[in-house]
Amino acid sequence: MAKLLDKQRYKCALGAMQTVQAISRAIPILHSGPGCAQKLSDSIGSSGYFSPNIFPCTSINEKDVVFGGVKKLETTIENALKVIDADLYVVLTGCIPEIVGDDTGEVVSHFEDAKKPVLYASTAGFKGNNYRGHEQVIDAIIEQYLEKTDEKEEGLVNLWADVPYQDLFWLGNIRELENLLKEIGLKPNTIFGYQRGLENIKTIPKAQFNLLVSPWVSVGNMKKMERKLGIPYLHYPTLPIGAFETSKFLREVGKFAGVDDQKVSKVIDDHENYYYYLIERYADLFLETRVMAKQFSVVADAQYALAITKFLVNDLGLVPAKQFVTDDTPKQFREAIRKEFENLNYGLKAEVAFETDSYKIHQEIKEHDYHGYPLILGSYYEKELAEELFGHYLNISWPVQDKVVLDDFYVGYTGGIRLIEDIYSVAVQRWN
Amino acid sequence: MAFNLESSNVATRENRIGSITGYIGSLSDLANQSKCGTLKGCSRCFSQSSSCLSTCALNQLSAIRDVAIIHHGPAGCSVAGANAYYLDKVMARKRGVTTSTVYVGTDMNENDTIFGSAESLRKIILEVNRRYSPKAIFVSSSCATGIIGEDIDSIVDDVKTEIDVPIVAVHCEGFKSRIWATGFDISDHAVLSSIVKPPKQKRNTINFKNFYESARPEIIEMFKNFDLEPIFLYCNSTVEELSRLSESLATTCICGTLGNYLGNGLEEKYGVPYIRTINPLGIAGFEAWLREIGRVTGREAAVEKYIEEQRAVYLPQIEEIKKELKGLRAVLGMGPGYTFEVSRVLNELGIEVVWALAWHYDKKYENGDVPPSMQYLLENDVDFEASVADQQNYEVMNILNQYQPDLYLSRHPGSTVWAIKNGTPAVYVADEYMIFGYKHTLEFAQSVLDSIHNRSFEKNLARRVKLPYTDWWYQQNVDKFLEEAKTNGKVVG
Repeated sequence: MAKLLDKQRYKCALGAMQTVQAISRAIPILHSGPGCAQKLSDSIGSSGYFSPNIFPCTSINEKDVVFGGVKKLETTIENALKVIDADLYVVLTGCIPEIVGDDTGEVVSHFEDAKKPVLYASTAGFKGNNYRGHEQVIDAIIEQYLEKTDEKEEGLVNLWADVPYQDLFWLGNIRELENLLKEIGLKPNTIFGYQRGLENIKTIPKAQFNLLVSPWVSVGNMKKMERKLGIPYLHYPTLPIGAFETSKFLREVGKFAGVDDQKVSKVIDDHENYYYYLIERYADLFLETRVMAKQFSVVADAQYALAITKFLVNDLGLVPAKQFVTDDTPKQFREAIRKEFENLNYGLKAEVAFETDSYKIHQEIKEHDYHGYPLILGSYYEKELAEELFGHYLNISWPVQDKVVLDDFYVGYTGGIRLIEDIYSVAVQRWN
Repeated sequence: MAFNLESSNVATRENRIGSITGYIGSLSDLANQSKCGTLKGCSRCFSQSSSCLSTCALNQLSAIRDVAIIHHGPAGCSVAGANAYYLDKVMARKRGVTTSTVYVGTDMNENDTIFGSAESLRKIILEVNRRYSPKAIFVSSSCATGIIGEDIDSIVDDVKTEIDVPIVAVHCEGFKSRIWATGFDISDHAVLSSIVKPPKQKRNTINFKNFYESARPEIIEMFKNFDLEPIFLYCNSTVEELSRLSESLATTCICGTLGNYLGNGLEEKYGVPYIRTINPLGIAGFEAWLREIGRVTGREAAVEKYIEEQRAVYLPQIEEIKKELKGLRAVLGMGPGYTFEVSRVLNELGIEVVWALAWHYDKKYENGDVPPSMQYLLENDVDFEASVADQQNYEVMNILNQYQPDLYLSRHPGSTVWAIKNGTPAVYVADEYMIFGYKHTLEFAQSVLDSIHNRSFEKNLARRVKLPYTDWWYQQNVDKFLEEAKTNGKVVG
């Protein structure tokens, strides 16, 4: 049912055009109105090999609404194959063709024998948000392109984590997760970012297992791959930030993959030694920043709300006030995510609200007593609120206007240090 | 044309003033065909994505202070609210004012497309009103609500009894028009029909329609010379200010595409003269514009004195810099409110326009005349190859590849990068005042010069990146996908 979406923090399913854009040399073809791509793109970091203003689009008009737009879709795909130099074309539908009943799948099937693969995902805006759209695109790849194989590659792991572009740190995070997996002797395979494209997609069926690092996004994709391709999966619900969670993550992944314990322990020791060398040098800053309370709130999608809560509690010893998950998490996942928020060191439990109405979020933050200057990590919408509360603020979730990130990341040991740098770069600007 | 402010619907630019998005030929042919009424736009059988009229309409309205925009549709439509929030905050801060404008969505889902969501929308409107007490409320439709026939007019009528500020339905179905500038008309229509009141007293104000008011302080200073006070619209406007637009001495606009609906509407409904000269970009434009303001407001002498003083300061400097610009060849791609204005300025500066793209083209303005910028170029024997393309980047790249100009000028986010990947220096003419008056014409000339003096950035990048278009495309005529093109414009290779 329609609801009041006040200060919205996600896009619609067609926002998954950014998921396609994140696959190197893959291009979305939009069967939609002329301006959907422009609306759903972010103006920062979009001018890659392909950018939203060159995504082919049927630019549906009034006539197409009445008579259907399948003919236009046919010529758009046909000519996109001629004009655009891509490896993979993914047709995405907007609201209009799905309401008026265009048979997009049928049109796309005419291109089964095209020189390049042409896939199709149903991503009408009213079908859900861009987190769901992201899953739709991966489902389309699994259903329409991948085939089961008996040819398995030892140690090969398909790695899935963030929703590209919606997550500010998607590129850096996935590269750092790859690095960590390589260090314990695994061969990570991902499909997003620099030099990751169709070849990586083709490699997916050969993996020993799928590793999903996310509270809920792509769980359905993992199940689909398990059924269709016979690939088992490990669902690790917390994006590991900082030493505590990253070491736990490596142990769990190592165990699932059958990696030698000692090898994993050695990797962990090396990282933790350096990590605590840094922490030791800066511990005085953390302890003696008088202008920061011990309490914090994160306003973000489930991925970041959970990851940062765990990091600030388990690594830095802060105490969680209420946390806010804003991605419209499907109901069936909420209980498990809530349990994760309650699984913190020293029996601490973080109260969590699944809330998409930012007015209510802001009311709750205003009413909470943080016992000092609060630390608020959230979207750009929290900037002014934090100022009103004399709090510290960091823009870590969409929409982002306060930070430019090229390939920075918060994941892993190094990522934890980066997050600390960012938080205290804000705190030290105020007289201590 | 007759303005019907009783209906919340505005006819599209295509239907109202015969605007087109597809044409390839020359400037003179385009103008002559417009004049004799034979110009017919072409459609494309292949296109790349462009813009949505709802973005133009609702960005304009959400820039007004302390109002509420309720965008009834899926979350992708109202996503513009995120950017509006940012813009409102930074623009208000820049001006030293505050705004509590909100732009919310309704997160419409599949059930809503089947059963409708009139009751939910009604509750949402009332809740937004309760939360924020806005000074005006704009309720917008989207493609999805439009197709399922959600009657937002009735819902708005229904809540009027419970809300004591102006509330109006805004029809923003993106499929209605390929011309996103139709959105500007939609926002003007909403303001004219719901906020502007009949005049109580005439004031020495001038309605100045612009985008982001960067030159506001200096224009206020300039108008003091003529005892005139500009009211800038809609960025940081208040509802109270807008309600009194009918009391001004005249309406002017930095961009004809942006302002013609409001300007003509105020003229027709309330007798506020609309300044219809070429725009105040470059020397000829600035002088023609200012003189017309002087004429309409009866301040000719003060205007002439000002022009004379400013000429003495700036013309020698502009003449000096022209020596360095002479012989440069440019391609430009902008909305029509800028393409033919900037072409004139480039010509003034001695830069040769080899190809001009307009993202759409209005054959005539609301008053039935050919746009003044076109008229001026024709009268001054300026001609060049021209096309109309709604930001069709592949056509731009084909043209840049063929002509290899010294620079590419464009005005829309995400467009300059493609030129530099081609190795062509690009000048982003984003700020609407970038070429305003003598001072900014000089600055513009300087930034063109700076852009071509150091080509390191584009050369470095172009050397390392591959362009996304196939060799096949670069071998095609730029009008390859234009249907009926060959009967309209000349075929170009």
